[in-house]
Amino acid sequence: MSETTRLFLGLAVVLTSASAIAAFLSWRSPKPLSSTLQNLNVRIKAWWIMIAAISIAFLFGQGGVILLFAFVSFAALREYATLTNTRHADRWTLLSMFIVIIPVQYYLIWIDWYGLYSIFIPVYCFLAMPALTALRGDTQHFLERVSEQQWGIMLSVYCISHVPALMTLPIPAYQSRGLLLIAFLIVTVQGSDVLQYIFGKLFGKHRISPKVSPSKTWEGLVGGILSAAALGAALYWLTPFSPFEAGALAGLACIMGFLGGLVASAIKRDRGVKDWGHMIEGHGGMMDRADSLVFAAPVFFHVVRYAWT
Amino acid sequence: MGTSHAPTLMQRIAGRCLAGLAWAVTGVRPIWDGCGPGQRQRIYYANHTSHGDFILIFACLRAKERERTAAVAGADYWHAGPIRRFVADHLLRTVLVERNWVERSQDPISTMLAALDQGQSLILFPEGTRNMTDERLLRFKSGLFNLVAARPDIELIPCWIENMARVMPKGAVLPVPFLCRVVFGPPLVYTPDEDRKVFLQKARDALLRLAPFETDLQDE
Repeated sequence: MSETTRLFLGLAVVLTSASAIAAFLSWRSPKPLSSTLQNLNVRIKAWWIMIAAISIAFLFGQGGVILLFAFVSFAALREYATLTNTRHADRWTLLSMFIVIIPVQYYLIWIDWYGLYSIFIPVYCFLAMPALTALRGDTQHFLERVSEQQWGIMLSVYCISHVPALMTLPIPAYQSRGLLLIAFLIVTVQGSDVLQYIFGKLFGKHRISPKVSPSKTWEGLVGGILSAAALGAALYWLTPFSPFEAGALAGLACIMGFLGGLVASAIKRDRGVKDWGHMIEGHGGMMDRADSLVFAAPVFFHVVRYAWT
Repeated sequence: MGTSHAPTLMQRIAGRCLAGLAWAVTGVRPIWDGCGPGQRQRIYYANHTSHGDFILIFACLRAKERERTAAVAGADYWHAGPIRRFVADHLLRTVLVERNWVERSQDPISTMLAALDQGQSLILFPEGTRNMTDERLLRFKSGLFNLVAARPDIELIPCWIENMARVMPKGAVLPVPFLCRVVFGPPLVYTPDEDRKVFLQKARDALLRLAPFETDLQDE
């Protein structure tokens, strides 16, 4: 049995048991369900959708994964743009973010042009976007508008595009298995989200930053990262790493993921919204699910690139 | 005038495509806040900032409800060229009314009443034109009142359309993706012999109540 089949079978088993446990708990507990239980059901449903989308993308190989993450970028950027301050003069810049920058960035990853896809947004778009905005002549709140555009394109396109970029890393003796590296990153980072949530619910006492996110505690963070590192070590057979290296990288990705979630919460607080959007009914938006991956992917990518290629 | 009760196949397909396109660009979702998607004949009245407005409401309705619903639009605009005329008469279900007081040959109210009497639901923009000002809502024209006074049994649903002015403002060729929502409020109650001005103010307030806090810098 190939690693991919084993991985997806394993995920299906884990999720099926999670669904069964949640259904049992929902059946036993008084109605209406407590918010914790509702939240659990919602998360499990979102997970099924995520796994389904990723498996379909994997079936289509490299192209499928690139298309999937281009779509994730589109949805995330749309949610982000909706929360920002825009003026009529920003229309061309915004439109180019969607119909030029996203396709170009993912095309560059498709043709594996590392020298350009790693600087296309932070150099060329960084300079072109404010220039285009300035050409339109409207200077009111110029600095805010331009900064918000930069942030949006970096978070929702540049950072997210480093997930499919993992496929292109030329790791010796690990050729044509780049998809598994993506699966490893997603499973450990998303797994850590859930584990932090569970540890926080069970043992959480000391809040890390109550103003930003009341649900994040030190107990949840430490428990989540240690258990996610253990999960990463257990999944070392997917990767070119030794069990110890896999655990350490998973731990690093999870710390980044935690910071991503924290920053995303701060942005939502600032804008006075609870969720980024309404992608899936009652589940918040794309960014609510992808915020940890946004921070984890580029760091994971560059550490692996530096140490393994 | 393309207002017979059953939509043609082309109108049905166009309606579905436009609803799908609106969803792809704006991810539009209906928020039922005081009423549900229903089978009853209704007049949906909404704020108007963009040509995309009625498509957004279309996209929020179920297929069956969408097929009986037509948007009320200005004949002067939609008959001002062969392409617009084709779109309004054959692709969309529109009830075209003449807005020009002086030259009009047909009373807009009787046109709308005729559509209602055929069992259609209507989408109406009581401001009469797209709102290009910084005001959240313009003054309402009397059409809404005249319709409801003549047909008090029809449900009147306020719908606040969010963000569409950012997606597709006047003069825009391509839409910019922003998330949109349409908030459907509780049906407006009309008491017989209500004063026109009082009723219109009430209708306007009911719509404004659905509007969320504005985040746009334009308002500052």
